[in-house]
Amino acid sequence: MRGIVKRFPGVIANDEVDLVVRQGEIHCLLGENGAGKTTLMRILYGLYQPDEGEILLNGEAIRVASPKAALAHRIGMVHQHFHLVPTLSVEENVVLGLSEGTGPFLRLRRTREKLNRLAGEYGLQVDSQAKIWQLSVGQQQRVEILKALYREADILIMDEPTSVLTPQEVDALFGTLRTLVDDGLTIVFITHKLNEVMEVSDRVTVLRKGKVVATVETATSSKAELARLMVGREVVFRIEKATAERGEKILEVKDLHANNDRGLPALRGVTFDLYEGEILGVAGVSGNGQHELSEVLTGLRKATRGTAYLETNDLAKCSAREIADFGVAHVPTERIRAGTVPNMTIRENLILKSYRARPFCRWVFLDQNAATENACHAMREYEISAPHDGTAAKNLSGGNIQRLVLARELSGSPRFIVAAHPTYGLDVGATEQVRQVLLDQRAQGAGVLVISEDLDEILQLSDRILVLFGGEVMGIMQTAEAELEEIGLMMAGSHRREVAV
Amino acid sequence: MTRANWIRIERRPTLSPWVVLGVSVAAIAAALIAAGIFFKAYGVSPWRAYHLIITGALGSKVGIAETARRTIPLLLIGVGLTVAFRALFWNIGAEGQLLVGAIAATGVALFVPMPEFLRLPVMFVAGFVGGAMWGLVPAVLKVKFGINDVISTLMLNYVAGFIVQWLILGPWKGPTARGFAYTDKFPASAMIPRIPGTTVHWPTLILGVLAAVIAYVWVARTRQGFEIRVVGENPHAAQYAGISQTKVVLAVMLVSGGLAGLAGVGEVAGVQRMLLDPAKLSLGYGYTAIIVAWLARRNPLAVIVTSALFGVIMAGGDVIKVSLGLPFQLVNVFNGLILFFLIGSEMFMRYRVSFAWRKR
Amino acid sequence: MEWQTWLVSTVSFMLVHGTPLLLATLGEIYAERSGVLNLGIEGMMIMGAYAGFVTAYLTRSPWIGLGVAAAVGCGFSLIHAFASITLRANQVVSGLALTLLGLGLSGVLGRPWGGMPLPNSMPKIMVPVLADIPILGPMLFDGHTLVEYIAILLVPLMWFILFRTKIGISIRSVGEDPATADSLGVNVKRVRYLCVAVGGILAGIAGGYLAVSYRPAWTEGMTGGMGWIVIALTIFAFWNPVIGLAGAYLFAALYHLSFRLQPWVSPELLQALPYVFAIVVLVFVSRGSLQRRMGAPAALTIPYTRGED
Repeated sequence: MRGIVKRFPGVIANDEVDLVVRQGEIHCLLGENGAGKTTLMRILYGLYQPDEGEILLNGEAIRVASPKAALAHRIGMVHQHFHLVPTLSVEENVVLGLSEGTGPFLRLRRTREKLNRLAGEYGLQVDSQAKIWQLSVGQQQRVEILKALYREADILIMDEPTSVLTPQEVDALFGTLRTLVDDGLTIVFITHKLNEVMEVSDRVTVLRKGKVVATVETATSSKAELARLMVGREVVFRIEKATAERGEKILEVKDLHANNDRGLPALRGVTFDLYEGEILGVAGVSGNGQHELSEVLTGLRKATRGTAYLETNDLAKCSAREIADFGVAHVPTERIRAGTVPNMTIRENLILKSYRARPFCRWVFLDQNAATENACHAMREYEISAPHDGTAAKNLSGGNIQRLVLARELSGSPRFIVAAHPTYGLDVGATEQVRQVLLDQRAQGAGVLVISEDLDEILQLSDRILVLFGGEVMGIMQTAEAELEEIGLMMAGSHRREVAV
Repeated sequence: MTRANWIRIERRPTLSPWVVLGVSVAAIAAALIAAGIFFKAYGVSPWRAYHLIITGALGSKVGIAETARRTIPLLLIGVGLTVAFRALFWNIGAEGQLLVGAIAATGVALFVPMPEFLRLPVMFVAGFVGGAMWGLVPAVLKVKFGINDVISTLMLNYVAGFIVQWLILGPWKGPTARGFAYTDKFPASAMIPRIPGTTVHWPTLILGVLAAVIAYVWVARTRQGFEIRVVGENPHAAQYAGISQTKVVLAVMLVSGGLAGLAGVGEVAGVQRMLLDPAKLSLGYGYTAIIVAWLARRNPLAVIVTSALFGVIMAGGDVIKVSLGLPFQLVNVFNGLILFFLIGSEMFMRYRVSFAWRKR
Repeated sequence: MEWQTWLVSTVSFMLVHGTPLLLATLGEIYAERSGVLNLGIEGMMIMGAYAGFVTAYLTRSPWIGLGVAAAVGCGFSLIHAFASITLRANQVVSGLALTLLGLGLSGVLGRPWGGMPLPNSMPKIMVPVLADIPILGPMLFDGHTLVEYIAILLVPLMWFILFRTKIGISIRSVGEDPATADSLGVNVKRVRYLCVAVGGILAGIAGGYLAVSYRPAWTEGMTGGMGWIVIALTIFAFWNPVIGLAGAYLFAALYHLSFRLQPWVSPELLQALPYVFAIVVLVFVSRGSLQRRMGAPAALTIPYTRGED
C-alpha cells in the first residue's frame, strides 16, 4: 500500500502511509488506538475507500471497492467483532454470501468436507453443524478464519484477534498462524500487545497518529525499542498546573472484577485509591477494561467481585441513580448516545440527573423557571454556544455537547468525577477548555478519574497514572516519575510495576 | 448527504413546528385527492362528496352530535396512545382495553348492588381499572420477558373480544332480539346522561378533554413526564441517568389502558346502554385512534383536534353512505390513505429535498 | 360409526379451513424471517379474495382468479415493503394502514358483487384409488380441491428453501443480523423485498381461495379476522413452515370443535385460544438459550441502515 491517505471529519486517520508486506510473512501493525491501523486494513479489505494512494498486489495496482472485491483478490479479514450470525450453524455462516456455481442449492456435504479438510490441515477443528451461539469465542474465531480460508484467501488480515481469547486459545491461534504461513499464506496482524509482536511476527510496522513511524525486522528489534516507537514523542507542552494538594482518600477500589457484554472477564482484580484534589489518569489501549471500569464506578454495570468504597458507600453495589445522588459525576464516553437526549433542549438536558429534587422539582412539577435560570447560568459559565437554551441538543457541535455534559455533571460540586475520553473528537479549543475545567475541579478538591486513549492528555492532566491492560492494573506511578517507555511497555502488557502510591 | 444527478437529499437539522404542520396538512391533502379519485370512479363529484361530508357532519345539530359521539372515544383513547407512544410502547391493544373497560362497567351496572347515586362513578372507576389491567399485561410481558409490545397487545384485543362474546352469549345473556345477543339494558342509574335528543354522553366528553389537558401537563411538566420523554427519546441516556424504564413503561400503560377503558365505559353506558357484540360496541375506535395519535404527533392537546377530525370523517362516512349510496368502507380507505401518506411524509420531515438548479 | 363420521368431518374441515391459514402463514413466516413484520395480511387477504372472486366470475376460471389474487396480494405487499424497507417507516403503522386500505377498498369495490354466488368455483376432486381407503379415503381424498394438496406440498418445499438452500441462509441472516449479512455481500433490501412479496402472494392466494373455493361468493369482510390469526400462528409455529402446518390445522380444528363442543365449553373461549397460545409461546421462547434456538428473528421490525445515513 503506497501513500494511503484517509480522512474523516476532523482527523486524518492515515497520513501518507506506506506499507510493504512480503509474501509468506507474518507482518504486525503496531500502534495505540487512533494510530490508524484498523482504518488502513479496512481500506485494504474494501470497507473504506482511500482518499489518496494506491494498493499494489504483486506489483499490480488494484482497486478494492468492497469486501467482495477483496475476497476476489484473495484478501480475507477476521474482524475484531465477528461477522457471524448467531443462530446459523458454522457451515451456514461459511457459505453465507457466497455465490458458488452450484445454483441455489446448498451442497452442504461438499462444504462440510472442504471445511473439515481445511480444519484438519490447519488445526482449526470445529463442529461444522454447531450453531454459532453454542460455540466459545475461540471457536467462533476459528470459524471466521475458516471462512476466509474457504474463500481461498492468500492474505489474511487479523484485527486484534487475541483481545477475546484465553491464553491457551492464543497459543493455539499462533500455532495456526504459523501453519498457515508455512503453507504460503501471508498474514497481517493488528495488535497493540508487544509480546505478541515479538512472539509471532516477522516484521513490524509501527503507526502513530496516522503516520508510519518505522518498519523493522522483529528479530533485530526489542520490546523496548518498539514501545518507544509506539509511544515516544517529544516533550509535550504541559499545561501549567499547580502542584497537587492531595487531600483525604475518597475512593478505595479493591480487587474489582467485572464482565463485559459478552460475559468475558473485563476487569480482573483492579485495585487502586483515589484522593481528593488529584487527577488519576487511566492509560491504556481501548478495550482493556476501561469502559467497564467507568461503568462499574457509575452504577451502569454490576461488578462480579470486589468493592469500590466511596467513603462509606460501596459503588459496586449501588444503582446509577444512587451513585448520582452521592455526588458522583460521570462524563461518559458516548456523549451523544448515552450522555444526552438529542431531541431535548439544552435546558432539559442540563437537569437530566437533577430533575428529581429541588430546585428543579416542586412536588411533582418541574420548575421551568429554575431550569431556564440554570441553563442560562450554565451556558455562560461553560461557554456553551447556542442560540438559546431551548435549542435541541442534537444541533450542538461536539464541543458544545461536551460543555453541556460538563455543565450538568460538574454543577453540584461533585467529590468524585469519572471522565471517560473527555476530549475525544473535540477541536483544539474545546479540548483545552475541557482539560482546564477538569483541572479546576481538581483545584477545588475533587478526585478525578480520567480515562483516555490519548497519552498526551493523560500526561498533561494527571498527577498519577494507572495503566490498564487486559483488565489488570499494570502499574500506578507519579506522573513526574513516569517514563514513556515504561508506560508503553505497560500499555502493551509487557511490564508490570509494583504499585506505588 | 446523497446526491443524485439533479436532486439533493440531506438531513434536516431542525424540525420547526411549521414544517410538521405543513407536512401533516400535505399528507391529508394528498389523501383527499386520492380519495377523490375514488369518488370520481363512482361517478360522484369529489367536491359534492366532501361538501356533503362537511355539511353532514358539521352543518346540522344532528350532524354535530354524531360527530361528537364518535369523537369522544377517539379523544380518550388517542390521549392514552400519545402517552404510550411517547415511551415507545406501541399500544395496538386499545381496542381490547376499551372492551375490558366496558365489561367492568357492565359488571358494576348490572350485577353489583350499591347505592344508586354511586353507581355511575364506580362504573367509571371500574372501567378505568379494567382497561388499565388489560394494558398492564403486555407491559409486564415486555418488561419481564422482553416480548414485543405490538404482538402482545394485538393478541389481547382478540382475547378481549371473545370474552365479551362469551359473556353476552353465556353468563350475562339478556333478552335476545332478532338473533343479536346482548345483556339487559342498564338501569337508569347506570346510564351516562346525554344531550337530549342525541347520543352524545357529555360527561365522558368532558372527561376526555380533561384527560387531554392533564396528560399534556403530566408529560410536559412533571417529573414523571420528563422520565417518560427521556425513555422514549433515548433509552441509553435514561439508563445513564438512573431512570427506571420498568416504572415508566408500567405507568404509561396503566394510563393508556385506563383511558381506553374509560372510552369503553362511555360506549357501553353512554351510547349503547348495554353490553353487546364487540364489533358494534367499538367501531374500530382502538385502531382509528392510532391514526389520531400519530397525526397529533404524540401531543395530547393536539389529539383534541385530530380526534374531532376523525369524528367528522366517520360521521361523514355515514352521511355519504345514506345520501350518496356509497359504502361506509370508504371511510376505511380514507383512513388507510391518510395513514399511508403520513408515513410517507415522515421522510420529508427527516430529510430536506432540494433541486440542484436552485443556487444557494 | 358415530365417532368415525365425526372424525372424518373434523379432519376434512381441518384441511379445508386450515388451508388459507397455512398459505398465509407460510408467507408471513418468510417475511418475518427476513425481519419485516407484516401486519397488513388481513388487507392483502381480503383484497386477494375480492380480486380472485371478480376475476373468477368474469373469466369463469377459478385458477385465473387465484392467479390474479396472488398478483394483487403481491402488489399490496410491495407498498408495505416500500414504506418499511426503503422509507424505513414504522412497520407496525404501515401494516395497519395497509389493512385498513385493503378492508376499505375491498368493501367499496366489492359492493356490487355482494351475495352473488360464483358459478365456477374450484372443483372438488376425488382421487381415484385412494378415496376408497376406509376412513382415510373420504377424509383426505374425496371432496377437496387441488389447492389444499398444493398447500401441503408447499410446506416441505418452503422448509427446504429456508433451511437447506443458499437463499434460505441469506433470508435468515438478514432477519437475524443484517449488518453481518450486508458485510458479506448479501443485498439486505432485495432479500427483504422478496420475502415480503412472497408473503403478499401467499396471502393473496389464501384470500382468493376463500372466495373461489371455501365459500364461493363475495361478502364484505369475509376474511373475518383470519389475517390476525395468521400473525398468532406465525409465532406459534416458531417461524418454521412445518410447525406452521401443524399449527394451521390445529387452529382450524379448534375452530370446528368450538361449535361441536358447545354444550360443554363456550365456543368463544376456544376461539380465543390461538391468541393465548401465541402469547404463551412468546413467553416460553423468551428465555436466553431458547430464544436463540427458536425465537423470533432478532432483527424483526428493525429497519436496516448501513452505518449512519
